[in-house]
Amino acid sequence: MYDLVDYRNGDVKMVPTRNGFGEGLVEAGGRDRNVLGICADLSESTRFEAFKKAYPKQYVEIGVSEQLLVAMAGGLASVGKIPWIASYAMFNPGRSWEQVRTIMALNETNVKIAGAHAGVSVGPDGATHQAIEDIAIMRVIPNMTVVVPCDAAQTKKATLALTERWGPVYLRFGREKSAVVTTAATSFEIGKAQTFREGSDVAIVACGILVYNALMAAEKLARDHGIECRVVNNHTIKPMDEEAVVDAARTCGTVVTVEEHQRHAGMGSRVAEILAARQPVPIEFVGVDDRFGQSGDPFELVEYYGMGVDAIVAAARRAQERKK
Amino acid sequence: MQTLTSERLTELKLKANDVRQGIIRSLLAAGSGHSAGPLDMADVFTALYGYLLRHDPQRPDWEDRDRLLLSCGHIAPVRYSAMANFGYFPVEELLTLRKFGTRLQGHPERVTLPSVETTSGPLGEGLAQGVGIALGAKLDGKDFHVWVVTSDAEHQCDLHWEAMMTAAKFHLDNLTCVIDRNFIQIDGSTEDVMPLEPLGDKYRAFNWEVFECDGNDIGAFIETAERARSVKGRPAVVVANTVPGKGVPYMEGDYTWHGKPPNAQQAEEALRELQTARERILANV
Repeated sequence: MYDLVDYRNGDVKMVPTRNGFGEGLVEAGGRDRNVLGICADLSESTRFEAFKKAYPKQYVEIGVSEQLLVAMAGGLASVGKIPWIASYAMFNPGRSWEQVRTIMALNETNVKIAGAHAGVSVGPDGATHQAIEDIAIMRVIPNMTVVVPCDAAQTKKATLALTERWGPVYLRFGREKSAVVTTAATSFEIGKAQTFREGSDVAIVACGILVYNALMAAEKLARDHGIECRVVNNHTIKPMDEEAVVDAARTCGTVVTVEEHQRHAGMGSRVAEILAARQPVPIEFVGVDDRFGQSGDPFELVEYYGMGVDAIVAAARRAQERKK
Repeated sequence: MQTLTSERLTELKLKANDVRQGIIRSLLAAGSGHSAGPLDMADVFTALYGYLLRHDPQRPDWEDRDRLLLSCGHIAPVRYSAMANFGYFPVEELLTLRKFGTRLQGHPERVTLPSVETTSGPLGEGLAQGVGIALGAKLDGKDFHVWVVTSDAEHQCDLHWEAMMTAAKFHLDNLTCVIDRNFIQIDGSTEDVMPLEPLGDKYRAFNWEVFECDGNDIGAFIETAERARSVKGRPAVVVANTVPGKGVPYMEGDYTWHGKPPNAQQAEEALRELQTARERILANV
């Protein structure tokens, strides 16, 4: 089992996942001076500031130009640099998708995208700034690695691991403070899903900050409904840990997927593709139902768009029903 | 420092003629592809590979080579023909252009043919990648030069202007942009589709050093490109004025040849014209 904080008793700190990126980048930049941070006018909100201060010669500011962010990074990578390019996920890869496909993926360059402000939990900025389609557009690209860590501590580890992994990668994280469930000691490996809770009635396969909601839902399901859930932190969307997904479906006989993304074409859809081919079971999808977000309090929006703890509980109960 | 003697110039003119013949043969074999742009850039690519570039066809991954990026990937036949004629691969391979399994993809791919430096075709992306390479060279104290060949019409793409601003911000004097100013694009004249003039003034306003020359005069182009390369403290651009379809009289100046290849009869006529031109070059020595 994995080393987790005592979340059952409410012993969780709230830290934005983006902080984990900022800390991881500083460490990565110290380990290898070829690591660059390239910023498109969002140094504070993408958490570039500490890196900029620690390694000013490895920091490049290019202003509001997300297509350039990708293309220029492709050039830098071709001469041995390891550029981390950060903006809001809505603009990179949202605006820059064709450059991502051609210059990063088809051209196989060692460029790393940090997609900040993903999900409706961006909050008051509203729908224009809430990326809830980015997993879909990134997981469809050959050669791409896509990682959505569950909390700030894991985001730091993912930043370091992705820096060392050769090739184009997409790291997705959010803006708002969210529950930290892992510890500094919790292991992390790209492409290896993590079973955070054991159970054999329903498998809840989640990613990102909603892993915490999945864990809380699992406690409620056990307490109030006698349903024991396996909770899987499925942080690597591509390449997905197929064996972990198949094993969860085989053990539990039904699956609920949970992600802060459109229900279509994201992590849950990839789970469904795998299970349709290898272990068909009923699946319930928790995510945004083919709509755009809006302004509001971050967690008010998570609830409103059907990704709160109670929504996961209801989905797990439906999944349990469908087994019969 | 090299000197451009009249003998050397004649050799280069003959090479440019070879490059043009290679373009026609490869396009005929492919049965699709672009004619006008590749033909009008034969002199520029010959000048680059035959005189201006620091490169070694036997060592395409040489770390200190000058980087030549082709932003407008659709004119790949001229790059492929120049590469073949300067020893990167056998000339016969040109006949595999656009065919299944070829290294000579319809638009260049670095993964299959590393010496093309970048994968290109989607327009407006070359200068931005060149900016990245030039900045990387500065960060590492490398002295190679970065050349980016662009079309004129791709100045309609936003990303190119982002790259222009950035090259000036970082004082990338190790970067030279060469514009194939042939005034045509698929839908007609650039000035009808989306006017670009005054193009040089736009670069000046972006803090670039601007040069202009006849892009179909190898000697003039070399002399201008050398001046551009020696600019200090800022990036430089060479507006190379070219005649679309140059070297094949029935194509010259006709935008409809932008995106189609010659048929067998047209190719035969083109090769005949080019052979005549070749004899004229030799006769004038």
